[in-house]
Amino acid sequence: MNTVYSINGPVIKVRSDPTQDSGQSTELSMLEMVYVGNKELIGEVIGVNSKETTIQVYEVTTGMQPGEPVRGTGAPVSATLGPGIISNIFDGIERPLRDIAQIDGAYISEGTQVEDLDTKRKWKVTVKARLGDEVTGGMIYATCPETSVIEHRCLVPPGISGKVTYAAADGSYTVNDHILTVTDSRGTDHELTLCQKWPIKTPRPFSRRLPIDRPLVTGQRVIDTVFPVAKGGTAAIPGGFGTGKTMTQHQLAKWCDADIIVYIGCGERGNEMTQVLEEFSGLIDPKTDRPLTDRTVLIANTSNMPVAAREASIYTGMTIAEYYRDMGYHIAIMADSTSRWAEALREISGRLEEMPAEEGFPAYLPSRLAAFYERAGYVENLCGTEGSVTVIGAVSPQGSDFSEPVTQNTKRFVRCFWALDKSLAYERHYPAINWNDSYSEYTDDLSGYFYANVDKDFMSCRQRIAAMLSEENKLMEIVKLIGSDVLPDDQKLIIETARVIRVGFLQQNAYHKDDTYVPLDKQFRMMSTILKLYDESARAISEGTVFSDILATGIFDTVIKMKYDIPNDRPEMFHELQAKIEQTVRGE
Amino acid sequence: MAVQYLGLKEISGSLIALDHVSGVAYDEVARIKLSDGTVRTGRVVEIEGERAVLQVFEGTNSLSLENTRTTFTGRPMEMPLSEDILGRVFSGAGKPIDGLGEICAEKYADINGRPLNPVSRSYPRNYINTGISSIDALMTLIRGQKLPIFSGSGLSHNKLAVQIVRQAKIADETGSDFAVVFAAMGAKNDVADYFRRSFEESGVLSKVVMFLNLSDDPIIERILTPRCALTAAEYLAFEKNMHILVVLTDMTSYGEALREFSSSKGEIPARKGYPGYLYSDLASLYERAGLTEGSEGSVTQIPILTMPNDDITHPMPDLTGYITEGQIVLDRSLEQKGIYPPVSVLPSLSRLMKDGIGEGYTRADHSDCANQLFAAYAKVQDARSLASVIGEDELSPLDKAYMRFGELFEKYFLDQGFDEDRTIEQTLDLGWTILSALPRSALDRVNDRLLDEKYDPEALRRLEETGVIDLG
Repeated sequence: MNTVYSINGPVIKVRSDPTQDSGQSTELSMLEMVYVGNKELIGEVIGVNSKETTIQVYEVTTGMQPGEPVRGTGAPVSATLGPGIISNIFDGIERPLRDIAQIDGAYISEGTQVEDLDTKRKWKVTVKARLGDEVTGGMIYATCPETSVIEHRCLVPPGISGKVTYAAADGSYTVNDHILTVTDSRGTDHELTLCQKWPIKTPRPFSRRLPIDRPLVTGQRVIDTVFPVAKGGTAAIPGGFGTGKTMTQHQLAKWCDADIIVYIGCGERGNEMTQVLEEFSGLIDPKTDRPLTDRTVLIANTSNMPVAAREASIYTGMTIAEYYRDMGYHIAIMADSTSRWAEALREISGRLEEMPAEEGFPAYLPSRLAAFYERAGYVENLCGTEGSVTVIGAVSPQGSDFSEPVTQNTKRFVRCFWALDKSLAYERHYPAINWNDSYSEYTDDLSGYFYANVDKDFMSCRQRIAAMLSEENKLMEIVKLIGSDVLPDDQKLIIETARVIRVGFLQQNAYHKDDTYVPLDKQFRMMSTILKLYDESARAISEGTVFSDILATGIFDTVIKMKYDIPNDRPEMFHELQAKIEQTVRGE
Repeated sequence: MAVQYLGLKEISGSLIALDHVSGVAYDEVARIKLSDGTVRTGRVVEIEGERAVLQVFEGTNSLSLENTRTTFTGRPMEMPLSEDILGRVFSGAGKPIDGLGEICAEKYADINGRPLNPVSRSYPRNYINTGISSIDALMTLIRGQKLPIFSGSGLSHNKLAVQIVRQAKIADETGSDFAVVFAAMGAKNDVADYFRRSFEESGVLSKVVMFLNLSDDPIIERILTPRCALTAAEYLAFEKNMHILVVLTDMTSYGEALREFSSSKGEIPARKGYPGYLYSDLASLYERAGLTEGSEGSVTQIPILTMPNDDITHPMPDLTGYITEGQIVLDRSLEQKGIYPPVSVLPSLSRLMKDGIGEGYTRADHSDCANQLFAAYAKVQDARSLASVIGEDELSPLDKAYMRFGELFEKYFLDQGFDEDRTIEQTLDLGWTILSALPRSALDRVNDRLLDEKYDPEALRRLEETGVIDLG
């Protein structure tokens, strides 16, 4: 029997105790899930040698004594996948927090035993597989409505194929009821229920990756237009505290056009999770007219919950996302924040006395980050449909210093980088995404989509807007030294137009009913209106009009306020505004 | 009778190691009896087979390898609780030091607390009127929030904390009781005394629970102080339905104690020698603020920390800022200008403010007013840096207007008396009056309808003429 030998916070070492031999094999394998101690705390094997086994425990080890038993489960730490996941809130190892609250009360105790999924609830199942069908891994054998907007499609677990030798009739079943028997070529029977287990650190298989060419439409102008992210892509949001990482993540979770949102609160504030719970149940998704909770899964490992489960929360969230991707859905994962996960790695690594690399982080930090971000993608899944997982990870750099290891290593593995800027946040310019430091490598991949679905001029407008901002950046260097009065009129025009872009376009008010989500078409019309203002003014200046006269008409401020003045469903009002620009600037 | 172990294997810093012990649990508390009969408290921080490492809170001075007797209690660190703790003074380790005897405990609670389940929290929404314009208008304190004060040595953070405690109208209409839990970690004797006197003068002393670990007290004891204080706060809030304001000062000293402990344990340091788990450790304190469903009470935290060398990127303020729901940053140059409270508006923030202000909470125009004040004051900084290069005379008329706005804002809005208690209406009206120093077109965060109502250069003229803030 294996017993606890040493305890150091969440890291314990286990030795085999020959005096209490139960006759069974006591060997533990790498990444195996174990039950530790008399309270049966959940842990994971992270190191094995001939003398002892090292285990990280996902719960608080207070009160544990050497000599307590450790029991292996023979399987790696796994997530239970089945109906009942959506609109639920789980801890880092997929235990439903509502059920824990019912048992423990307001505070979470250790060793609480709860089922991952509700085993009592009955689902209205339609069985798709028929007796005698040949099925392979990834095929849909049954469906049931999970929420009002998500149909749950039960998939034959990857690796199982054969002939259906039993199929239940349509009806109401719980997650553990027997639905299907598949007999494989060797004659082994596999009994399938509505749920299956999958090890969280192993990516789920798919047929092939597809090229990334569709944007994840978020309704946030600075993202969709200037730094777009693709479905199946990866993005990082780094920013010091108070720059609005969480706010940006919340906005994306609310409005992006993914089918399902997996929101991982990894080492962040408890109140933020409460806020998501409250706010999302009150918000109606404009696309489905149903509450946002009907498409959201929350994984909460708040900063005061055990640190080892922080790492697991990232993988649990990813596994759930991949499972729904395999059904043919588009998933967006919000991970807030990946730095806390990296710090959890550092803490465990420190307790194992491993040789640290930069700033105490373990040398395997980059490979872990890469393995996580590479699980994103737009794929053709095993049942032949398409699905995607988009990963948006927040990064909390220490001291707001982007040169620290987590930010730098994340930068290597993401293709979209939304750098949040303290000085913009101080001005209450939200979203505080700095247009000089941020980038998106998806712009070219997505140009075809914008050309076909928004406007053929979309990309050229975007290009001009970006150029104008970088031009302003250069001019501001001069203005900082000598003031703006001495600049020639055409340069003053650039500075003023850039102000319109910054205040009227990039800045977006999350609390305004129209401005919180702006469709792509309106984004394009806003851009072209700003450029119209610039072109008209530039022509007037070249014809001899004094710029301060144009400025005095107040037309620049009118354009700034178009985001509030023109409702999302009245695109024709842009024609009126553009006509007004012509009249005013030409002095008619 | 519990087993008594005679002798120690090793003493190193604040840690002692024992060999050949059995039945010892992780995190368990031990009594350590010295040869002269004094008893100290220790906690198990590491176990390896029959070897246990203990942390001694009172320090290892005059401990000897041979004549020390250790008894394990079989319990984690616990604190006796009852409503009688109100008005009492405790040591940093939770022992009464006011000479009024032991607490007759209604219950004992583990001082480490337990993580609050996110589904059992209720989202904080009710604002606390502190009567301080800069805080109420721009970084509104919400009941159940954790809002630290980032300060530097020599700044008036203590005065500000006292003013908040005194003026905070924390008791609500339902008549729930309020109390203050005050924890000093490494605070100077006179600072602790200043707080005590101020509580006494404002007549709340009987509602204050004090935990004092002064700067000459044992350093490792500091690790317990905030935990004891928060355990008391949670008990009063969630079991006795009181509104609790917790003042923790100074968190930087707490961090240093943790660093000392970590290095004596031989752990691999992360930044500036602080342990890699500093974030998790701080979170285990700060996250104990909040509201729970099914209880009327609340725990609001105001931790105070002095930034070493006024550096906000130092690990202590940096990690604190990532956990707390905003921060109030004090600024040395404002203090030198004679402005009290010297709140540096731009880096200060209250994250919970957006849901606790506006119609039904403060006033409908609150968020517009606050946004515009922030945006305008940010421009003031640009104008000032430009003026320092090209001279104030060369500025454009708009930049000159911003310079003027900045002066007025600091003179009338930020600066206020230690006894001055402004209502939220007065604060917001004052904000609009000062905004009227700018040309109307510069107020781009506000819609025209609101400007028609609030834009009033006449009121500003009256303010400047009389120099008196109209508190009518």
